[in-house]
Amino acid sequence: MGAWDDKRNLVCLEPIKLERPWTLATYTGIGGYESWKKMLAEKTPREQIIDAVKASGLRGRGGAGFPMGVKWSFMPRNAPMQKYVVCNSDESEPGTCHDRDILRFNPHALIEGMAIGGYAMNATVGYNYIRGEFLGEPVPRFEAAVKEAYAAGLLGKNIMGSGVDFDLYTFVGAGAYICGEETALLDSLEGKQGKPRFKPPFPAAFGLYGAPTTINNCQSFASVPTILRKGPQWFAALGPVNSGGTNIFSVSGHVNNPGNFEVPLGIPFADLLDMAGGIWKARHIKAVIPGGSSVPVVPGEIMMKTNMDYDSLKASGSSVGSAAVIVMDETTCMVRTLERLARFYMSESCGQCTPCREGTGWLNRTLKRILAGQGTREHLGLLLDVANRIEGHTICALGDAAAWPVQSFLKHYRHEFEFMVDHAGRSIVAPDAARGTQVAA
Amino acid sequence: MSAEFVNVEVNGVAVKAPKGEMIIRVTDANGAYIPRFCYHDKLPIAANCRMCLVEVEKAPKPLPACATPVAEGMKIFTRSPKAIAAQKATMEFLLINHPLDCPICDQGGECELQDLAVGFGRDISRYHERKRVVKDLSLGPLVSTDMTRCIHCTRCVRFGQEIAGIQELGTTGRGENMQIGTFVEHSVDHELSGNIIDLCPVGALNSKPFRFHARAWEMTQHPLVSPHDGFGSRLYGHVLRGKLMRVVPQPCEEINETWICDRDRYGYEGLAAADRLTAPRVRASNGQWQDADWDTALDAMAKGLRAASTGRGADGAGYMAHPSSTLEELYLLARLAEGLGSSNIDHRLRQRDFRDQGGDPLVPHLSLAIADVDALDALLIVGSNLRAELPMLAHRVRKAARRGAAVSFLNPQRYEYLFPTANVLVANPAQMLHELAGVLGAALEAGAAAAPASLAPLLAGVAPNVAHKAIAASLAKGQRAIWLGALALRHSAYAELRALARELARVTGATLGELAEGANAAGAYLAGCTPHRAAGGMVRAAYGRNARQMLEEPLPGYLLLGAEPWADGLQPHTLATLERARFVGAIASYASPAMLQVAQVLLPAATFAETSGTYVNLEGRWQSFAGAARPPGSARPAWKILRVLGNLLDLEGFEYQSSEIVRDELRAAVERAPRLGYESAFVPTRSAAVETLRDLPMYRLDPLLRRAPSLQQTRAGLAAAAEYPS
Repeated sequence: MGAWDDKRNLVCLEPIKLERPWTLATYTGIGGYESWKKMLAEKTPREQIIDAVKASGLRGRGGAGFPMGVKWSFMPRNAPMQKYVVCNSDESEPGTCHDRDILRFNPHALIEGMAIGGYAMNATVGYNYIRGEFLGEPVPRFEAAVKEAYAAGLLGKNIMGSGVDFDLYTFVGAGAYICGEETALLDSLEGKQGKPRFKPPFPAAFGLYGAPTTINNCQSFASVPTILRKGPQWFAALGPVNSGGTNIFSVSGHVNNPGNFEVPLGIPFADLLDMAGGIWKARHIKAVIPGGSSVPVVPGEIMMKTNMDYDSLKASGSSVGSAAVIVMDETTCMVRTLERLARFYMSESCGQCTPCREGTGWLNRTLKRILAGQGTREHLGLLLDVANRIEGHTICALGDAAAWPVQSFLKHYRHEFEFMVDHAGRSIVAPDAARGTQVAA
Repeated sequence: MSAEFVNVEVNGVAVKAPKGEMIIRVTDANGAYIPRFCYHDKLPIAANCRMCLVEVEKAPKPLPACATPVAEGMKIFTRSPKAIAAQKATMEFLLINHPLDCPICDQGGECELQDLAVGFGRDISRYHERKRVVKDLSLGPLVSTDMTRCIHCTRCVRFGQEIAGIQELGTTGRGENMQIGTFVEHSVDHELSGNIIDLCPVGALNSKPFRFHARAWEMTQHPLVSPHDGFGSRLYGHVLRGKLMRVVPQPCEEINETWICDRDRYGYEGLAAADRLTAPRVRASNGQWQDADWDTALDAMAKGLRAASTGRGADGAGYMAHPSSTLEELYLLARLAEGLGSSNIDHRLRQRDFRDQGGDPLVPHLSLAIADVDALDALLIVGSNLRAELPMLAHRVRKAARRGAAVSFLNPQRYEYLFPTANVLVANPAQMLHELAGVLGAALEAGAAAAPASLAPLLAGVAPNVAHKAIAASLAKGQRAIWLGALALRHSAYAELRALARELARVTGATLGELAEGANAAGAYLAGCTPHRAAGGMVRAAYGRNARQMLEEPLPGYLLLGAEPWADGLQPHTLATLERARFVGAIASYASPAMLQVAQVLLPAATFAETSGTYVNLEGRWQSFAGAARPPGSARPAWKILRVLGNLLDLEGFEYQSSEIVRDELRAAVERAPRLGYESAFVPTRSAAVETLRDLPMYRLDPLLRRAPSLQQTRAGLAAAAEYPS
């Protein structure tokens, strides 16, 4: 058994070891809703809750890693108007699947976290925006949990006679990646096409229906009850400086046991890889995308020396992102991988702003041309140039997300691209195979 | 209101800018141009084209100038290497999927993309992949589409949301497959929808009637004024070799901002109608029409008028002018009638109740400046299908309503206003009086005031309801106005309606406006083209016959100026009455079958855009214009025809050398005239006969519109054709 066994599933997936972990009974059995009830009974000052979240060092788990307590403090909580808290469960970043498990196995933690957020920011209405593909299991689980919470008097108007109101609604999206961007999510929630809004104004000033709104990731909200129950210092101490707490790493790709692993931030990648059973088929690691498909790729040998926290990954040229760890073995053709990623961004671009609408297609077509054996060395320069011209020029971060893989793949694996354009589309990993095909994984 | 200012630097030059203003407005005001596509002064910000990216000191990324507010100490660089690189990057992306069909594109030469591509584009494209092709839309008879050219700036979409009030266009699909469209295929029907042509920065949306007719650089541009309603929208006519090819808006913040309505844009098509009169014509003794030279025709006209006038005094000839005639034409017509001893002159072809005409103001007017309509807090509009009557005024009212003004209506039927309304009263024509009396009753109650005894019969038995009280309360504060629309003016108890409205205005302190029909109704009053007032608004000693009387009982002769009373009026049996007259002469632009049926002499007149002249709009603004296009055949400006006619009839003082001289003479007369005797002896009664009230299709209002084929093919035009087969 590994060194991290006693540090697994401490926060969001805590009840997963128990029988029927999604029920209210199980959740209250591990101390669930204690923080919420205490808050309702004591009328804890709102600042105190926000300060606790700040002190925990919890950073947004959706990908940007913005300190959650600071975000909460941006809300004009004393403004005399309707305010909203919105949970982003539109988990669509390729490789990411931890929100799904929270919704399936610990929905009450999310409900409690949102209720606490609502109270702390003086918002009486919350929406949980869940991606459409989750209609099968996560949505019914969450809805059932909300029903249970209402029945137990934990949600609604004048909850437990405290005078505090909090209503929680589920909204199911239609399965667009872009609706995971917080302002596109708001537009979608309002019934419009999901297209990111330009900022400023930020949602804290002008959000859902023009009212102050705070949007947090599902995992971020679900971490809050435990933080308040066990104390922010306990949470912060789990990880290194600047990377407090635990994170659920969704490990996928060429590993023996892919899955979700909730472990403290700062865990060495090598240990995480061990937890996932190591590289499959006795092969060697080639590359890792450590935080979901948008973040830059990192060569395996660098990853093996990197710890999974915000600062270490930044030093390695990447980011924690949404903590989706995509592992690739040595048989992976990096050109083909990049083409697949570029195709994703092309089809998920919302289309409103020019560089992303036009540039993502250009990138993908150029990569297809290279795969088809029609590429030249000029095309490699063109790819980089187009990516650079998208990056930083768009309304939302999807443009950057489309550009970063191109830049990082060309940075670390340029020789693979050069091999392909020089050899009429043959891949460096299978030089004898017909062009445009890849060795069977 | 004291604006807060911040200090910023634009390209190294220190400037002061209002706090919170977007960078692009500050740089525009300071002469530093930033390229843009999606940004438009009058539309909400989208920030989607990314063309206006500029460098701002300390910002890690280039920022969109249209969506970034200025802040104290901000240093903006619009031409720095970083800014130019970002702008060039965007231009390259815009061009990769844009077709290179400028040589066959109507937008060529006036295309924002073409212009900016010269400054920011590359000579040779680096894009060698397949280009995007998009299916065209069918948007109806007014707007042509080449959607492959679309650069997705969404100006047209935002126009629908913000200006029109009905979203006819939207986006579907995402990424590269995003398209502008109507979702379910339908035409764009809003009366301002032609503006999307001007908004479109590329050749995706263009004028369908104008398609492939001329290149932008071949035409000359001439300022014009709208001939269709009293709003007085300023236009530009684009003329190629003497022919008016199209009409576009002339920006004017005080009047039409940057918009015009569709009938202003497409009405010009009527200039080339099949029944256009291009040569003088007289009816021979056998009743057959013959083309004639000008001398013969003018002689025949003079003879006919003289025969109808001499020795008949007040029972002499009748003179009817269209209210869209120019000030100069109307003035000369009035002088001609006076010279021949007749006061039977009118332009109010659709008015039916003249009992209170003695109490008319100097001119029918809005009672406030058009630009101030935006700032109204409360407005009661009585009898108006505003969007059809005055589309651009409806836009101003919409702005006020969206700002929070309480806009209420009293109408004979429910209309789609496309803006928030406070109270809408719908009542049949007879009940309209009762409803307005209810509002007055509520205002009197609220103000503890008493109405003059003369109104007692109208107020008897009035019990104000909640809506009446709400309207009266809204009119009690802020900037407030009451308007009588065209339906009120056509009402057979208009006098009573106006008496009530006047009292309501007096009690509440609101101003009272009258939205008279025609482009120059105010001018017609000033020119003396009314039976009760001579030029300058001088009260006539004896009133002549008004339009209704002239069309009820035949007079010995008629002179029609630009009017087709059987279509421009509402009087039944008009044609029969005119046929019974011994002489009907017309200074007309069209020889319609009805005209050929009733007239004896036809003198071909220049019309809109072909003649110089002046219109006075509903805010009292005099707007003069020069002729832009050549009249067809031997048609002449009507003021010249009237001048020669005056000479032939040996009338004094018909030696004008230019239309400006005519105008200046009238202007002096207007300034000189004492405005006395406007008190009315009218006594309201409860038993005024109430006739049916007809709303008229908006593309049937004047001879030009009736002959504009594209407008007739619109949904509104087709509906009118089905309802009123001509």
